[in-house]
Amino acid sequence: MSEAVATAPASTTGPLSRLLGAAARQRELSLLLVLLLMGVLVAVRAPQVLSATNLTDVSVLAAIIAIAAVGEAMVVITRNVDLSVEAVIGLVAFAVASVLSNHILPAPAAMAFGIGLGLVLGMINGVVVAVFRVPSIVATLGTLSVYRGIDFLLAGGKQVTLTGLPAGYTNAARATVIGIPVFVLIALAIVAVSAVVLRQTRFGRSVYAVGSNPEAAEILGIRTGLVTFVVFSVCGLLSGIAGVLWGILFGTINATAATGVTLQVIAAVVVGGVNIFGGSGSVVGAALGALFLGFISNALILLRLSQFWLQALYGVVILIAVALDAFLLRRFQRSATARRRR
Amino acid sequence: MNAGARRCLASLGRWEVLLLVVLIALILYGSTVSPVFLSSRNFANLISAIIEVAIMSLPMALIIIAGEIDLSVESMVGLSTSILGYLYAAGVPMELAIVVVLIVGALGGLLNGILVTRMGLPSLVVTLGTLALYRGLALVVLESRGISSFPTWFTTFGFGSVPGLPIPWPFVLYLGLAAILAVVLHGTWIGREIYAIGKNQAASRFSGVRVARIKLWLFVLSGTVAALAGVILTARMASARADVGIGLTLVVVTIVLLGGVDIFGGRGTIPGVVLAFFTLAVLGNALRLTNVSSDIQSIVVGLLLIVSVVIPTLARRVKEAYDRAQGGRRVPTGSVGGPGEVASP
Repeated sequence: MSEAVATAPASTTGPLSRLLGAAARQRELSLLLVLLLMGVLVAVRAPQVLSATNLTDVSVLAAIIAIAAVGEAMVVITRNVDLSVEAVIGLVAFAVASVLSNHILPAPAAMAFGIGLGLVLGMINGVVVAVFRVPSIVATLGTLSVYRGIDFLLAGGKQVTLTGLPAGYTNAARATVIGIPVFVLIALAIVAVSAVVLRQTRFGRSVYAVGSNPEAAEILGIRTGLVTFVVFSVCGLLSGIAGVLWGILFGTINATAATGVTLQVIAAVVVGGVNIFGGSGSVVGAALGALFLGFISNALILLRLSQFWLQALYGVVILIAVALDAFLLRRFQRSATARRRR
Repeated sequence: MNAGARRCLASLGRWEVLLLVVLIALILYGSTVSPVFLSSRNFANLISAIIEVAIMSLPMALIIIAGEIDLSVESMVGLSTSILGYLYAAGVPMELAIVVVLIVGALGGLLNGILVTRMGLPSLVVTLGTLALYRGLALVVLESRGISSFPTWFTTFGFGSVPGLPIPWPFVLYLGLAAILAVVLHGTWIGREIYAIGKNQAASRFSGVRVARIKLWLFVLSGTVAALAGVILTARMASARADVGIGLTLVVVTIVLLGGVDIFGGRGTIPGVVLAFFTLAVLGNALRLTNVSSDIQSIVVGLLLIVSVVIPTLARRVKEAYDRAQGGRRVPTGSVGGPGEVASP
């Protein structure tokens, strides 16, 4: 089947559209190429982009976004969306920081607590969406407000500063193994495991099935409610990990931590080629999307462009990616119909 | 009495009545906890506190009934405020600046509408994108500046009331818009087509409803009204900043869904949305008067949003189960006063 798709008839499609078609099928590869091209262009103007410290800075923050984006990608593949990720990251980061500064738990236990908290928050989302059948957009808009409200309630206007944390706790953000930041290794491991689970397991295939056609999936015996619940739980778990890492990276945490991160995460997912209509896309793409956005933000700083443009740029990137997807999908469907007619 | 008004009355028989009961209970509760609650001054305060949100909830109701959503309104508020402040600081007369801002709002709505109707993209993602875009443009326009010292007549419009009455000027605007949209939605062919689109888009397109055109105009309306809300907010705060309005979309959507509008489209009324606004305004005011922190209030709003979708869903499921138990009779969902109505005591 994939053979037939790959050898699209040259008579009906020009070289440019064939190129576009190929780019669409190889979203991860083309994103990587764009990233390299941008890197070269930026490096000509601002060579410091390639310095070890700069690369570490960019990749560490991008790693955190990528971890959350992997969870969001799974949710989007099932035709849902999770707007509460930033509140989960913020709440977990603050909860872990305050547990540590009050000496309630030792560092490893506090980190485990943070990840568990993320899982619970994700499970709550899952129950509201899968059991009570509330559309995910409404459910997670609500829990976004609830989780952030709890965060403010706990913080009460205070912040946990670096001095309250155990000595050396935040060093992990700078730590490297064979030259690669630990955060990046964690993100790579999460992406690898998630990619294998989605591609190679029965559960992974049911995630795609639920996204491409929920009714058909139900008829085939897939428990769509359960799959939805699990992806929201996993998204919460990964956001919890991202929240723990966020706390380590920034050290000083108040109740507004990670505000606006949801947009970055969704932008990463959409740019990474995950279809917003559900049913297709990969976590590798989502992670590359996170790297791409992190790189754009870094390039703006290095090229001395105003940071105020960043937010607008995220918006444009989301719109372009979605429009491109819809265009390619329509073109692909048209050429598929044309081929069937011949 | 035409069919639209009758349908409107029939649906008033359920969710809206429940809302009214809740509203009265809240007013009784408020009057017992604080002596100032029933004062006319407090009435003006209570309305002013969320008047921008209330105004935006009206076009949002129409958009959700038509089966779409507009998440970008809060950023349009920020963009409108920023451009207004920027133009005024640059010496442009206030009247002209307001006109420019409303046009920008219409254009912003038009962009949403074109991306949704002409390119066939889901409104959820489109408006999530423009949510970031419009806020970003607001930041580009005003950066981290704050503009104040607006003309007195302008801020009087924000603070002041109709002479002799405890009715703030923006509330008059709100009532006017609510009346117009109620007539359009419940009394004209446009309203009937909006319901038809929300109920079954494909079927309404085949029956000659110009789906794309109606949706496009709804987004333009939403953008313009959001810009107007930005103007009101600027007048009320007597200052302009780029980060104004963050988080308002949540409250707007909460009012609409609390007002009985179906999140899946095709159902809902303007009177319901107006009632929901009063309910939320009174609730917020009562919480403030009893010194409940604003953090708890945001938790309450979030929970209300979820609950106002969960209750109708659960009620429908209970009803279906009840109907099945009654001997396999199938009552179509959405029927009014059917034989198996569980709502009756």
